[in-house]
Amino acid sequence: MADMDVSDKGGHKKGPGVKKSKKKPARVDLTAMVDLGFLLITFFIFTTTMAQPMAMDLFMPKDSTEPNQTKIKESGAFIVILGKDDKIYYYEGMDALQMKPTTYEDIRGLILDKKRRTKADDFMVIIKPTADATYRNTVDMLDEMKINVVERYAMVDISPVELDLVQKTEAANGVQ
Amino acid sequence: MPKLKTARKSTWVDMTAFVDVAFLILSFFMLATKFKPEEPVEVTTPSSVSSKGIPEKDALMVTIDKEGRVFVQVDNPDMREKIISNMSETWNLGLTQQQINAFRNAPSVGVPRNQLAQLLSMSPEQMLKVRQPGIPVDSTGGELAFWIRDALSVYAGRKLNLLIKADNDSKYPAFKGVIGAFKANDQNKFLLVTSAEDVPAGSELDLKNAREAAAARGK
Repeated sequence: MADMDVSDKGGHKKGPGVKKSKKKPARVDLTAMVDLGFLLITFFIFTTTMAQPMAMDLFMPKDSTEPNQTKIKESGAFIVILGKDDKIYYYEGMDALQMKPTTYEDIRGLILDKKRRTKADDFMVIIKPTADATYRNTVDMLDEMKINVVERYAMVDISPVELDLVQKTEAANGVQ
Repeated sequence: MPKLKTARKSTWVDMTAFVDVAFLILSFFMLATKFKPEEPVEVTTPSSVSSKGIPEKDALMVTIDKEGRVFVQVDNPDMREKIISNMSETWNLGLTQQQINAFRNAPSVGVPRNQLAQLLSMSPEQMLKVRQPGIPVDSTGGELAFWIRDALSVYAGRKLNLLIKADNDSKYPAFKGVIGAFKANDQNKFLLVTSAEDVPAGSELDLKNAREAAAARGK
């Protein structure tokens, strides 16, 4: 079926001593070659990467050893705590007792809401991951900073008071 | 009744074009790509909207898998050789030239210092199969801090990009340990490797990008 016609369409001289002048068209079946060709293509597709990797990256400028160098107004601070099992707790200002739970879908609305209510100079988001937060949680939160164009944010360690509160909330809600 | 003539025609397809295209695509892939380096540990990175590309050269990549094991990899083989020779001298590991060559060709390495000699004596296939325990890190940096210090001294002032590639499920303490190692060497800028994600429509970033694009067009 998949053939290439390699017969000469005339124009060749009869060599000396050729007795038979019967021209038989030689048909070459190319199906196998096409098969192999595509097999090699798929092999190369799966085992190689393009010279420029398509991965994007997140640039995170880190403060040096003093995280609270910039004085932020209590009213402008929005603290987000990353807990176990993709749970987030947030509160505003300094009062950790007002901590409320939320999800990754809702946090964007909450951040935008706070951003609108606060002056640009005072607004700062502080991210505090717990030991149970996954890397994905961290990157998602940093992504949210980028998506919502939060100019100032910092990632700091969670304080013992907050950690205690988080653990109590988790126990109360039955999170393992 | 007239006999229904079903003319049996043999479908003859000329495959020449197929073969041409197939070999063209094949040559493209052979020339434009390179083999994915085999990693001892597979990591799925999270996605992010960031659109900055990864620097190809002069990069030191720290890989964290989901169990918190830390691996380190430098892309330039000559630099790798220098770094491992440095380490060998500083810590009296007594690595032979053969082991140093093995490190040159190894992808990522993740063992405590005292197991380096043993790991580098293995063949490349064994190195990939064996379960490497990872470089120890703790909140002050651990052994990773020394690896970074050596890499920085080998690069002697030239810019060395620090990349962190961690799995979605790696826990925060491992990440913090790696950052601690960077901080111990006064390195506060680093890049996180993520996969691509579209900017959500209607978000602030989306509007900002649209504004900037319009301003650039309007000029």
